[in-house]
Amino acid sequence: MDLYEHQGKELFRAQQIATPRGIVATSGDEAAAATRELGGKSVVKVQVQVGGRGKGGGVVLVDSPERAAEEAARMLGVDFKGHQVTQVLCEELLPIAQEFYTSILLDRSTGDYLAMMTAEGGMDIEELARTRPEALRRVHVDAMLGLRAFHVRELTGCLPLEAREGAADIVRRMFALTQEQDATLVEINPLVLLSDGRVVALDAKVTIDDNALFRHEDIEAMKAAFPIDPVQARANEQGLQYVKLDGNVGIIGNGAGLVMSTLDVVAQAGARAANFLDVGGGASADQMATSLEVVLSDPAVKAVFINIFGGITRCDLVAEGVLAALDRVDAQVPLVVRLDGTNAEAGRRILAEAAHPKVVPAATMGEAAERAAAIVNGEAA
Amino acid sequence: MSILVGADTRLVVQGLTGKEGTFHTLRNRAYGTAVVAGVTPGKGGQDVEGIPVHDTVADAVRERGANTSMIFVPPRFAAEAILEAADAGIGLVICITEGIPVKDMAHVHSYLRGCDTLLVGPNCPGVISPGVANVGIIPPEVCRPGRVGFVSRSGTLVYQIVHELTQRGIGQSTCVGMGGDPVHGIGFIESLALFEADPGTDLMIMTGEIGGDDEERAADYVAQDVNKPVVAYIAGFEAPPGKRMGHAGAIVTGSQGTAAAKAEALEAAGVRVARTPSQVAELVQDALG
Repeated sequence: MDLYEHQGKELFRAQQIATPRGIVATSGDEAAAATRELGGKSVVKVQVQVGGRGKGGGVVLVDSPERAAEEAARMLGVDFKGHQVTQVLCEELLPIAQEFYTSILLDRSTGDYLAMMTAEGGMDIEELARTRPEALRRVHVDAMLGLRAFHVRELTGCLPLEAREGAADIVRRMFALTQEQDATLVEINPLVLLSDGRVVALDAKVTIDDNALFRHEDIEAMKAAFPIDPVQARANEQGLQYVKLDGNVGIIGNGAGLVMSTLDVVAQAGARAANFLDVGGGASADQMATSLEVVLSDPAVKAVFINIFGGITRCDLVAEGVLAALDRVDAQVPLVVRLDGTNAEAGRRILAEAAHPKVVPAATMGEAAERAAAIVNGEAA
Repeated sequence: MSILVGADTRLVVQGLTGKEGTFHTLRNRAYGTAVVAGVTPGKGGQDVEGIPVHDTVADAVRERGANTSMIFVPPRFAAEAILEAADAGIGLVICITEGIPVKDMAHVHSYLRGCDTLLVGPNCPGVISPGVANVGIIPPEVCRPGRVGFVSRSGTLVYQIVHELTQRGIGQSTCVGMGGDPVHGIGFIESLALFEADPGTDLMIMTGEIGGDDEERAADYVAQDVNKPVVAYIAGFEAPPGKRMGHAGAIVTGSQGTAAAKAEALEAAGVRVARTPSQVAELVQDALG
C-alpha cells in the first residue's frame, strides 16, 4: 500500500524524523487558511499514490493565501496522471542549503534491504544509478543483523560534513520504520540541509506491505483517504483479486498465473482484456456470481472469457457454479467458457445440456480467446 | 528419479490439524507420501487419521525421524514455523501459506543463509515427484512419471502445462512450485541445478511471470551452467506497470520486471520460450524429438 506524502510524514514524525510543518487541505479555502497559518507563503502539493509530481505540475510554490486557494482549486479539480486528487498538502517554506537523496527498500532479488544515498538531490535515481553509479552509495542490510554504524558511515560519507550527523540519524530511523511498521520502501527525495544546519525530510514516499496490515490498524485506517472505485471495493470485499484494465473482454480465471496468461492469449487473438480477475481456488457458484457481477459492471465489457483449470476444484462443480451464477446475474453479453483438468468432460457435458443462450463453450484456451476476440471485434463467434 | 521429494521423504506437517492442512495431508498420504507426523502446539498426543500430532517439530524429528516439513499454518505464524523447522534440523521445508509479511520472510532468509535447510515457497503449491511422493496441493491426477523437470512461480500454470504434457504422453520427474512471493526460498537457479544433476531428468521447463529478476538471473545461469535443454513460458505481457497481478510478487516496477525483458533474456540464453501455455508442450515434444 502506497501512502500519500502526508501519511508517510505522519509515520516520519512518529519516528522523530524532522519534516516541514504541513497542513492537509481539501478545498481552495482550506489551502488559503493553511497558508495563512504557515506565515502567508507555502508549497502546495497534490496528494496521490504516484510519483513524478514535481515535473507534472503537482508541486507549486505560492506567495499568498489567495494564490494557494487558486492552485489548490486547480489541483483538486483534475486527475493527476489518472489519479483522482482529493487532498493537497500545504507546507511551510524552508531555507534550503543543499538537496540530497536517500532510500531504504526491501530488495527482493537478495532477500535483504538496500539502503541508498547520494549528494545529488532531485535526480531520477534509476537514471543516476545507470549513468553515474559512483555518485550513488548503496549498502545491503541483512534483516536480522540490522543497519549498523559502518553501514551508516558508508552511506553518509558521500554527503558534506555538516549534513552527515543529521542524515545518519534519519537513515537509522528510516530503517526502524521498515522493521516497526513493515515499510517495504522509505524514500526521501529530497532530503535537505537547511541553512541553519538542520537536516529535514522534504518529501516522503512510503510503501507498507499489504500482507502486514493485520498488525498495523492505524496504517490500515489510512486507506480511508484513498478514492476507491466501487467495483474494486466490491471485489475486495469478496476476496477476489481484481485489477481493472482498458480492453473489452472481461476475464475470470482461477490462479494468478493462469489469469495473467489469459490476458496475453486474448491479446494474441487480437482483442484486449478488460480486467484481471482471479476467482481463487474454489470457484463456487457464489464466487462465480460475484465475479460475474464485478466484471459485468464495467460497461466496456462486450464478452466474458471464463478460463478455469480444475485441479482440486472439479470442473463439473465449476460448470454448475457458472449456471447458478447466470440464474442470479443477468448477463447481456456472451460468456465463452473453457474448462480443463479434473472432471472437465463432465463439466462440458453439463454446459452442453443446459444450452444456456449466453454460454459459448470452448475446448482450449486458444480457441476460447479466438471466440471472445471474434465477438468483441464484431465477427461471428 | 526425482529431486527434493521422493521415496526417502518423511514428512511432518505443521498445521496438520487445520482444515486445509488435514485435507491436503490426507491426499498426499493417499498418493504414497510417507507422512510421519503433524505439529500443532498444544495438541501433542492427539492424532489425525492415525497421523501422530506433536507440540514441536523437534519432537517430530526425534520421535518420528521427520526430514521434510510442509507448512499450512496461518500467515502471522508461518515465518516462525519455518524457523522452527530449520532449527529442528529439517532438510527441506515446503511452505504453502500465502500472505506472510515480507519483513518476516527477510528475517527467515537471513537465518537460512546459515543453515543447510532448503526452503520452497512460501505462497506455493508444493513439490510433486509423480508416482513417488507429493508434498503440497498440486493435483496428482494431471501428472505422470517421466523425465521432464518443471519449476514455476505460478501453481495453476503448472497444472495447465503438466496436464498438456501428460496428454501427449510426456511424464515429469519432479514439478517444483517455487511460489509467487517477492522473497522466497529456492528458485529457478537452484531447481535447474538440481535437475541438471538429476540423472532422471532430460529437459527442464521453467514458467515465470512479471516482477523481480528471477528469470533474468536464471537466464544467465542457463547460459553458463546448464547443458540440458530448457523450455520457458512467461506470463504477464499485458500487465500494466505498477499493478499487482494476484501474486504479491507479480508487479512491474517502473521499467523493471516486464515479461518482454524476461522472455528476451531467456531467448538470448538459448532457452526456447513459448508464447502460450499450450505451446510449451509442443516445444518440449520437439526438443525431445
